[in-house]
Amino acid sequence: MTEAPIIRVRGLVTRFGTQTVHDGLDLDVRRGEIIGIVGGSGTGKSVLLHTIVGLLMPEAGTIEVFGESVRDTDAATTRALRRRWGVMFQDGALFSSLTVRQNVEAPMREQLDLPADLRETLAAIKVRMVGLPEAAMTQYPAELSGGMRKRAGFARAIALDPEIVFLDEPTAGLDPVGAAAFDALIGQLQAAFGLTVFLVTHDLDSLNAICDRIAVLADHKVLAVGTMEEMLRIEHPWVQAYFHGPRARAADRGTRTASPDMAH
Amino acid sequence: MTGPALLSAAPAAAHLTATGDRLCLTGALTIEAVARLVRSDATAPAPAAAVIDVAALTAMDTAGAWWIVTLQDRHAGATIASATVEQTQLIATVRRTMTATDPVPPVPHDIAAWLAGIGKRVVAGVRTAGAIVSFLGQVVATCAGLCLHPRRLRLTALVHHCDQVGMRAVPIVALMAFLIGVVLAFQGSAQLRQFGAEVFVVDLIAISVLRELGILLTAIIVAGRSGSAFTAAIGAMKMREEIDAMRTLGLDPVAVLVVPRVLALMLMLPALGFIADLSGLLGGALMAWIDLGVSPAVFQSRLLSNTDVWHFAVGMIKAPVFALIIGIIGCHMGLTVGGDAESLGQHTSGSVVLSIFLVIVMDALFSIFFATVGV
Repeated sequence: MTEAPIIRVRGLVTRFGTQTVHDGLDLDVRRGEIIGIVGGSGTGKSVLLHTIVGLLMPEAGTIEVFGESVRDTDAATTRALRRRWGVMFQDGALFSSLTVRQNVEAPMREQLDLPADLRETLAAIKVRMVGLPEAAMTQYPAELSGGMRKRAGFARAIALDPEIVFLDEPTAGLDPVGAAAFDALIGQLQAAFGLTVFLVTHDLDSLNAICDRIAVLADHKVLAVGTMEEMLRIEHPWVQAYFHGPRARAADRGTRTASPDMAH
Repeated sequence: MTGPALLSAAPAAAHLTATGDRLCLTGALTIEAVARLVRSDATAPAPAAAVIDVAALTAMDTAGAWWIVTLQDRHAGATIASATVEQTQLIATVRRTMTATDPVPPVPHDIAAWLAGIGKRVVAGVRTAGAIVSFLGQVVATCAGLCLHPRRLRLTALVHHCDQVGMRAVPIVALMAFLIGVVLAFQGSAQLRQFGAEVFVVDLIAISVLRELGILLTAIIVAGRSGSAFTAAIGAMKMREEIDAMRTLGLDPVAVLVVPRVLALMLMLPALGFIADLSGLLGGALMAWIDLGVSPAVFQSRLLSNTDVWHFAVGMIKAPVFALIIGIIGCHMGLTVGGDAESLGQHTSGSVVLSIFLVIVMDALFSIFFATVGV
């Protein structure tokens, strides 16, 4: 028997004015998987993420997370739902007036009634878990580099040990080494917590390295869902261009040879 | 696997029982349970245990793993029994991240640090003053360059800012000055009536509005309204690296952003001050008529015969200087905004406070100057 999906989107319609972003979009995310959402610019990847977490109101369709509808529930259920997922925005979206540790403490402070020293201890564990140096704890977001901000944003997203984390382009703007380290981090923490990861990305290396399944957004819908191998066989101009383009071949080669950059 | 979890079904909270040298944990050891256990720590079993049995745990999160590690440490290295692979992994990860790998030396809190803090602030204040003066010089030099090459002046931007800081401020400035005129007439009449000198209320209103209040209060309103807008607009551009982009394209931010704003203020503040003068006299005349029965004709003739035109000129001379202060401070604060939203807010409020303060200081200096030259 297959388990009910942890996220279930049916017939989603999103519009901004006259511009249609999603038209009858369906998507299932299984518990414990890392699903990568890809698509060209403007196909509504981030919009889909924002809609699922309830930041945008769709025109039509149902969205269920943990079997509960996100669209029409009372405030208490919504609050309980938010406790069970974490969101990391593109540039971390850290609160600029708080230090990194206070940022990680913020969800604990809002959602739970914890003694202050326990909160600090747990926040420090999360900050170290994402691989930030000790000095970063008391620094403000403006003092951090882009990669460190992303790590701190990730630490805040997993502050309450959520069951799902939504990551919006976690490796965009990182150098390849930093991006690979971030991929490894996502994979490690996913294994440690049994997380379900909803990953919006452009990064073929990420898709290749950590994603269990890939969903392609095109023509206002989810065009296809499947593993990397299945994606390679799909006959759609954009999917072909994306998974068979020069960058894709480079990413594919990277998995087979030890150091492609060194090859002459 | 819990299947499609129900939000309403709260799992049984964790419970700790001691049997012999065996500590048994049951229930869901999640963050809420840990918070409860930490609070009621006084009742924790004292005798040393050799084994911590986690077989009956239904759930464990990071906080739970942390609590098990601290429990283990308190019982001097008791072994953890019946943990699943995932639980063992999580406990190991938490144990590894519990202690700082590269401890940061604590910041000293003594009198030396306190004095150093004061010193730093003083130096920063002096540096800011120096930076503002050098920025003023830069703006003046750019303006001089524009005089030599007038076609480089951004006329569209200048007109746009004149509209923003001038035209759109007319209603609020006129209303403010009108009310000031009314208040002066009302308060003045109450005092002057005591010795039958009601008619001197005209002189009182004319001199105070024309010479001081009209232009000073206009400058304060403009500092709050346009100075803050300059800082916020330029600061937001700085945050989005637009200023850096301009520099790489060979555009001078001072010529493009600062000069049109400062020139617009210097052109419009005298105009606004003139409107404030008229409006203040109107308010004063109206109140004098209602309250004291000084008819508009009497007010007019007394105003023309008794008030020196220099009172008006003093006000107008001050206007461009106040405009320069507001514009320079507003733009300079905008250009020194750092990378975050917090800094933008601080600079915007700092800009308003500093420009209003300097306008009042400058007004005092003008008073001394005009008193010395005798006008």
